[in-house]
Amino acid sequence: MATREEVVSGLAEILEEVAGVNPDDVSEEKSFTEDLDVDSLSMVEVVVAAEEKFGAKIPDDEVQNLKTVGDAVSFIVANS
Amino acid sequence: MLLEGKRILVTGVITEQSIAFNVAKLAQEQGATVVLTGFGRLSLVERIAKRLPQAAPVIELDVTNTEHLTGLADKVREHVDGLDGVVHSIGFAPATALGGTFLETPWEDVATAVHVSTYSYKALAMAALPLMQRGGSVVGLTFDATVAWPVYDWMGVAKAGLESTSRYLARYLGEQGIRTNLVSAGPLRTMAAKSIPGFKAFEESWSDRAPLGWDLADTEPTAKAVLALLSDWFPATTGEIIHVDGGYHATGA
Repeated sequence: MATREEVVSGLAEILEEVAGVNPDDVSEEKSFTEDLDVDSLSMVEVVVAAEEKFGAKIPDDEVQNLKTVGDAVSFIVANS
Repeated sequence: MLLEGKRILVTGVITEQSIAFNVAKLAQEQGATVVLTGFGRLSLVERIAKRLPQAAPVIELDVTNTEHLTGLADKVREHVDGLDGVVHSIGFAPATALGGTFLETPWEDVATAVHVSTYSYKALAMAALPLMQRGGSVVGLTFDATVAWPVYDWMGVAKAGLESTSRYLARYLGEQGIRTNLVSAGPLRTMAAKSIPGFKAFEESWSDRAPLGWDLADTEPTAKAVLALLSDWFPATTGEIIHVDGGYHATGA
């Protein structure tokens, strides 16, 4: 079971690899699209990579609810 | 198995919701060896390719890139010694060409839509032709282009051209024993559909009007029809469009 901190740093690694986001910019209150400039196709890849990294299934319908890094962390912590 | 021993090239996989993903998955389950092509976000396609029953190789293919097209056959040969089937699941229109601004769309954007969504069918078939023999099958995906839909706009025009392109390909490739057919699917909630503003206008009427009903999230009926056309069970069918739409096209209201 991953802690919130572990998931945040895991997501930061993924965001850097997939979308070129500086890991130092990644924190729970940041919005994927507005603060981190992650476009919709990059977001799809972030989700796929996060599923692999954390062993969680993130349903398609759920993705639109994941506005901030914190939303994603909460979902992953609750479902992995 | 339906596709025992067949070698199939599948374009158009981007997520697990892609029609092409289900085609690749079912083709493998039916005994085929599958090679994928990907465009743009290749790292995503490669991740998704690992989720197939057997991980499939991914070749980069931009259908508007002449070098990619001329090099395709050699790249495919690195994985299989020939092809029995090719699946075209490719379409794109710039935002100005979709969503209700039909009267204002500039030609350049229409040209892009037609290049990627229409001409590419012929271009892909020709790029793969050196690998194919008699009995080979090319299958594409259309959205019924006999009428004008809300918001579909120049994509609808491009699909009308695709349907015609498939009929002409049938004429020109018939001599070599190659079939070309399209599956005309109802609306499906894929990545491509999500990029169509006002896609919901399709969704509401379809499930109600289709005699068999219609599941917007289920790509399997469409994928199964693609597999049937790739198989040896439509040996005398070419230039055809098979509707997989719950029967919507056959109803008047």
